[in-house]
Amino acid sequence: MVCINGTVMGTRCLTAWALPLCVTAIASGACQKQTLDNSRPESARALAGSFTSGNPAELQKDDGQWVMPAKNYAATRFSGLDEINASNVGQLNVAWTFSTGMVSGHEAAPLVVGSTMYLVTPFPNILYAFDLSRPGAPIKWKYDPKPLGASKGVACCDLVNRGAAYAGGRVFFNTLDGRTIAVDAESGEPKWITQLGDINKGETITMAPLVVKDKVLVGNSGGEFGVRGWLTALDAGTGKIAWRAYSTGPDKDVLIGPGFKPHYTMDQGKDLGITTWPGEGWRTGGGTVWGWLSYDPELNLIYYGTSNPGPWNPDQRPGDNKWTAGMFARVPETGEARWFYQTSPHDLFDHDGVNELVLADLTVNGQARKVAMRADRNGLLYVLDRTTGQVLSAAPFGFVNSNKGVDMQTGRLIEVKEKQTTQGIVVRDICPAAPGMKDWQPMSFSPRTGLLYIPHQNLCEDVEAMSASYIAGTPYVGASVVYKPGPGGNRGALTAWDPAQAKIAWEVKENFPVWSGTVVTAGDVVFYGTMDGWFKAVNAKTGAPLWQFKCGSGIIGQPITYKGPDGHQYIAVLSGVGGWPGAIVSADLDPRDATAGNGWGGVLADLKAATTRGGMLYVFSIGGGH
Amino acid sequence: MLGLVVVLALAAGCQRAPHRVIRVCADPNNLPFSNQAGEGFENRLAELLAADRHASLDYTWWAERRGFVRHTLQTNACDVVMGVPSGYEQALTTKPYYRSSYVFVSRRDRHLGLGSLDDPRLPSLRIGVQMIGDDFNNSPPAHALSNRGMVRNIVGFSVYGDYARPSPLSTIVDAVDRGDIDAAVVWGPAAGYFARRKPLDLAPVTPRADSATLPFTFEIAMGVRRTDAALRDELNDFLARRHGDIARILDEYGVPRVEGP
Repeated sequence: MVCINGTVMGTRCLTAWALPLCVTAIASGACQKQTLDNSRPESARALAGSFTSGNPAELQKDDGQWVMPAKNYAATRFSGLDEINASNVGQLNVAWTFSTGMVSGHEAAPLVVGSTMYLVTPFPNILYAFDLSRPGAPIKWKYDPKPLGASKGVACCDLVNRGAAYAGGRVFFNTLDGRTIAVDAESGEPKWITQLGDINKGETITMAPLVVKDKVLVGNSGGEFGVRGWLTALDAGTGKIAWRAYSTGPDKDVLIGPGFKPHYTMDQGKDLGITTWPGEGWRTGGGTVWGWLSYDPELNLIYYGTSNPGPWNPDQRPGDNKWTAGMFARVPETGEARWFYQTSPHDLFDHDGVNELVLADLTVNGQARKVAMRADRNGLLYVLDRTTGQVLSAAPFGFVNSNKGVDMQTGRLIEVKEKQTTQGIVVRDICPAAPGMKDWQPMSFSPRTGLLYIPHQNLCEDVEAMSASYIAGTPYVGASVVYKPGPGGNRGALTAWDPAQAKIAWEVKENFPVWSGTVVTAGDVVFYGTMDGWFKAVNAKTGAPLWQFKCGSGIIGQPITYKGPDGHQYIAVLSGVGGWPGAIVSADLDPRDATAGNGWGGVLADLKAATTRGGMLYVFSIGGGH
Repeated sequence: MLGLVVVLALAAGCQRAPHRVIRVCADPNNLPFSNQAGEGFENRLAELLAADRHASLDYTWWAERRGFVRHTLQTNACDVVMGVPSGYEQALTTKPYYRSSYVFVSRRDRHLGLGSLDDPRLPSLRIGVQMIGDDFNNSPPAHALSNRGMVRNIVGFSVYGDYARPSPLSTIVDAVDRGDIDAAVVWGPAAGYFARRKPLDLAPVTPRADSATLPFTFEIAMGVRRTDAALRDELNDFLARRHGDIARILDEYGVPRVEGP
């Protein structure tokens, strides 16, 4: 910030707006230290206090509260609350609202602990606490972590944050500039701040942490910049790093040891994180961990996915590129890997494997199985045995022509040669497109219906070379990636999927991609939002529309439900369009440029006419506010 | 009475000629092109332009990454980007004012004499290339070498470098200088500048293009908003008139230039 009024060599620093200032902050020596060490005033204090394992393991079972974005460790986003049901959901109305005053994409899930709601905003990642016991839920406190503005220039796809997590009297969340922060849930005072990512190397953090036992689990973002992916466990009491598991490199870095027993031959062998890469490609190989974690307390295993390999083009990284675009099972105390399964070996399409793994006990082919379910970017709905990583079924949940499913003997994805991309070659009608059939937006699972409720896209893409482009003073010929609606013309859908039968139960077609999460309740109602701002309730058994409400901006957030201090059920969701697809609105991209926003510009050109940006929390109840 | 008239006339004179400000969008940490201390050749060109137009300079700083034009030119925070490829889709471009090439960089004491992508020795050398992070995109040498089956001997460098350090782009040239890698294929202006005082050999890549979509030479122009044709024309006039001064600045920074096709 030395440059605010400074004059350097006759050039004036811009003062009118904040963003360039912050970029200057990392370029000027005086500010450099700030970006690279933890010496912020807050972290200099002795913040760490006693951490009592205040029990997400128990709290996640309480349907009155919502203590982690996925509701529970199994990531089902199922609530046992049933005051709101198919017969009365039509009477839902707005109880109260809150404007975040921000225009980036709002992807977070609010949390509810006791009579307090917690909400983390997109950059600048302000954490709010609201007092639900008072009319209108006034702000109890707010904590501003003051993330470095320079991180905005590094974030790949809008400035999102996917939420916080509660445990032991603390709220844990991540900031875009790569920090994890523990805040006292009562007072809003920071307890510790740990710098994990380095924005100067392209690392940001957008994911929601998961707290398991006394560990806060956090992964990085930034595969586009040649970042090497990792999952890190922090001690919840002190913020000290307990372990870090990389997604590439030697076994010791990946925390692969004698206990590692992957099911398929393709994932077995020594140091595959090196040998499945050319040269030293693994050092910049991606495999970031920006998605979701789930946890099975009985097996004591955490589950999460790794992003696409990067940033090499497929031609430049022959090999399977372990351990990218796949999923790990690890022991939370030590990080030791138990198994890995690679959904997209040698990924060709930017198919990150970070989508959530929903855990359930199902009867598959007449056998009781402990399964993990994943609706993958590549268009396949995987049902795996979560004790071993064996694929029990993998079936397309939408139109797919870039693969033909999974070879059940080898576990390998069966690729379609004609749809593979190479520099300078035009390949048309690749389905699904780079964002996949489904991206990060989480699905839900109802044990009552046995169905998964999958919010997703229906998009295909053309890839071809275009004119000269330029980055960091380096010219190249950019690839033009143009997305287009998939078969049927609808760009999105809510699909109810029967994982036991591996078949679709019902589908609601949506004009825009469904980029919000879903939640399902014991009232047999599914809630989700659309990018043009409709918040909808449909019948969990049939998909029949029950209720809808038009919010101020498109919805890409994660709905939740909770029981208020008044004993009644509430539904909450953030509206505020943005994210990767919604940047056309939130970042005001030019819809005439079909390749703007990395391919989204053309296919969502009409989104700008359908909604405007701006974050607002909506809370609904039967009858609404008084 | 007379005194009052003079004062009024002076005041009116000030109003009649408001001071012009040339507003440049630039990266604050991207030598040899630009930095916030004004040490890059694009800073020097901007100063030349401002002096030529009797204007003062104002910079908007933003890292030249995805979203650079969107956050700078397109927000009207500034009006000129000093360097973009000719025909760049995100801007209206002037006539090119230099043409450079990707070059092979190697240590002089190795006497490698590299220049051709088809040199049979290449597969046995460790060669550095810069990587572009976006989907399907990469630097031309990265594509060209992999098209020739060279992947295992390639060492990737992030084109963004470590932004906490001054001169993030210097990393790859420094690696050749130290002997960490045998050679690198780097965009000319960066290679030329960082190799200036080092015992390194530079030679333009041949062939000059592998295909229409894989050229190694690029023409560089200035860029303005698509709607700013008048400013574009004014810049074209400046570029033509001050051609000699511009060439001297580029020479001073060691920017290798190649002739037209």
